[in-house]
Amino acid sequence: MEVRSQIAMVFHLDKCIGCHTCSIACKNIWTDRKGAEYMWWNNVETKPGTGFPTEWENQEKYGGGWQRTPGGDLQLKSTDKRRVVTNIFHHPHQPSMDDYYEPWTYDYQNLFNAPEGQDQPTAIPISMVTGEYIDIKAGPNWDDDLSGSPVYAENDPNLAGLTEQQRSQLSAIERLVFFYFPRICNHCLNPACVAACPSGALYKRGEDGIVLLDQTRCRGWRSCISACPYKKVYYNWSTGKSEKCILCFPRVETGQAPACFHSCVGRIRYLGVLLYDASRLEEAAKSNPEDLVEAQRSLILDPHDPAVIEAARKSGVDDAVIDAAQRSPVYQFVKVWKLALPPHIEYRTMPMLFYVPPMAPVMAQRNGGRVDGISQDFFHDIDDARVPMQFLANLFGAGHEAPVRYALRKQKAVRWYRRMLTVGDVSQETASRMLREADCSPEEADAIYQLTSLCTVDDRYVIPPAHREEAIAMLEDPMEHKQGAGFGFIARPARGE
Amino acid sequence: MSSTAIDLLVFAVLPYVTLVVFFLGTVGRYWNRPFSYSSYSSQFLENRFHFWAVVPFHYGILTVFAGHLVAFLVPRSILAWNAQPVRLYILEASGLAAGLLTLVGLVGIILRRYSEPKVRIVTSRMDWTVYALLLLQVTTGVLVAIFHPWGSSWFASVASPYLWSLFTFSPDLAFIAGMPWLVKLHIGGAFALFAVFPYSRLVHILVVPNPYLWRRPQVVRWYRPRPAGRGV
Repeated sequence: MEVRSQIAMVFHLDKCIGCHTCSIACKNIWTDRKGAEYMWWNNVETKPGTGFPTEWENQEKYGGGWQRTPGGDLQLKSTDKRRVVTNIFHHPHQPSMDDYYEPWTYDYQNLFNAPEGQDQPTAIPISMVTGEYIDIKAGPNWDDDLSGSPVYAENDPNLAGLTEQQRSQLSAIERLVFFYFPRICNHCLNPACVAACPSGALYKRGEDGIVLLDQTRCRGWRSCISACPYKKVYYNWSTGKSEKCILCFPRVETGQAPACFHSCVGRIRYLGVLLYDASRLEEAAKSNPEDLVEAQRSLILDPHDPAVIEAARKSGVDDAVIDAAQRSPVYQFVKVWKLALPPHIEYRTMPMLFYVPPMAPVMAQRNGGRVDGISQDFFHDIDDARVPMQFLANLFGAGHEAPVRYALRKQKAVRWYRRMLTVGDVSQETASRMLREADCSPEEADAIYQLTSLCTVDDRYVIPPAHREEAIAMLEDPMEHKQGAGFGFIARPARGE
Repeated sequence: MSSTAIDLLVFAVLPYVTLVVFFLGTVGRYWNRPFSYSSYSSQFLENRFHFWAVVPFHYGILTVFAGHLVAFLVPRSILAWNAQPVRLYILEASGLAAGLLTLVGLVGIILRRYSEPKVRIVTSRMDWTVYALLLLQVTTGVLVAIFHPWGSSWFASVASPYLWSLFTFSPDLAFIAGMPWLVKLHIGGAFALFAVFPYSRLVHILVVPNPYLWRRPQVVRWYRPRPAGRGV
């Protein structure tokens, strides 16, 4: 057993209201710079929808992630070593700015300076790349809230395997349904971007698993952009370097939640430590598609198990980190309750951001949009839902419905259990039976309710101390850092000649 | 200035100036400004024309450069290979083909840089200088191949000894004196390219990814000491 710690995340989709506050918080801190204007390290997509960049989930087009060879080995889909070398001058799968959007601002001066005329002057859009006037063709969240549907939404790769009837039902007038899908870098256990980087600039931090990109070692070969199946590594066209979400590590190291977490209005985000067995990682990543969710879950170790604690100490995991792992909300959601599922685990990067699948639009189908009445099969509406189970399974179960159904059934059972306690129109017998059928105890239901609805900041974000001071002490003379500030990046990140 | 004086300046002094500038410049830049080492790829800004310009250029120039390098390092084996006319023709034809491929690619690159507004934005004055020098270099190279044929043979007997004389610090201009002006221009252009190398995007050649080929897929960095016996 090789125990490592990983800062992992849970996004509770049932609580996301799609306000984009997280995106703005991130944008204002990190990507409000030349060359980074188009980047959204955090973005919120509408599902069904094509996302950002357009159709990022279509790996036939973008060639991201890992695949299994016929021999059962793991191989990067389009960025293995041979192809990185032969494609180094031109990556056939690399997205271009057209797949994202050309960032723009407006010529506000025109509102004041326009010559007198028949029409009101307008603020004309100006490209932030060329500085010329542009016609805006698309932007981030162009299909937000299903605008433009079904023109955009019907290209969602997750619609694969749905019947024609299910597809048309998804976008039917007055019955259409969507939910939000906020995304940041997944800080994967088996990151494709790291494995594909020819310069060794991308790396995973050993102590907390945050995936970072060393700006001074990046040479702009761009393999990471093609390799990341989630398209969460971005190319800065001005500096000639790639950039990605850094999980606000300067904040995390000082005990603060990342900006997107901290600003989350719906309080959908949870952050905590997971202990996992790195020695079994490769084996798990090679599992059969239907076993992938469970295989990844099996890597996560019980932080209360004395054997795990001993092994963790032997592997150099700090006691404070073990303590944080024991209080981790992520561990509860992912491992204990099995409510949170990894996105597109079939890419085999072992993402460390998990999603609680959305419930609300599922329930609303029965009885003309009213919450359903009581039937003997309490969970039938999960399968009859407006969002077809197959769609959610394509997103969160590698195409397999079982883990998604399990999570939705448990969520529903907890709701009905709470309804029994607070509203009282559900009998205790019904509630108990539903909990039993959903593999949930009353105690567990209480805990789920507590962490979902009544959670405080300290419940949601359990951040272990980073002990950077020890790292510095080992490397250099701490006196040198006594009055220092910043992250050690002295040179201005300006484009070279 | 007499032609011998020009020869002395360009073929005996300039090479050493170039050499010093090249080494101090690249090392200094790597040391002081590692952030500035990048391929500065513009594929992200324009994805279609890019393929038809950049790919032929790189494969072409790599082949041509390899040819020059081999002729410089092992001139005798080139002469031995060329002993049979058929093999000489094959070598000359493939050299010319690679040169033309480079030229086509380079012209494509320059057109793309000029005509795509987004790509033009990220093209610096130094980039244009490099493209001008490269255009001169590749054009003269192709013209030499056409008008002064069997270069693969005479390179080994004239140019290689000259270059070796440079590296042994006893520049022998006798080899240069009889060269056609086109060849002289080509050699002088090469020195100029090496001189601007450290101050241009050409530095990306020095950081081509080689450790990648034999490293483990995943990279992990630890900031604190690892207990004994624990791997990466």
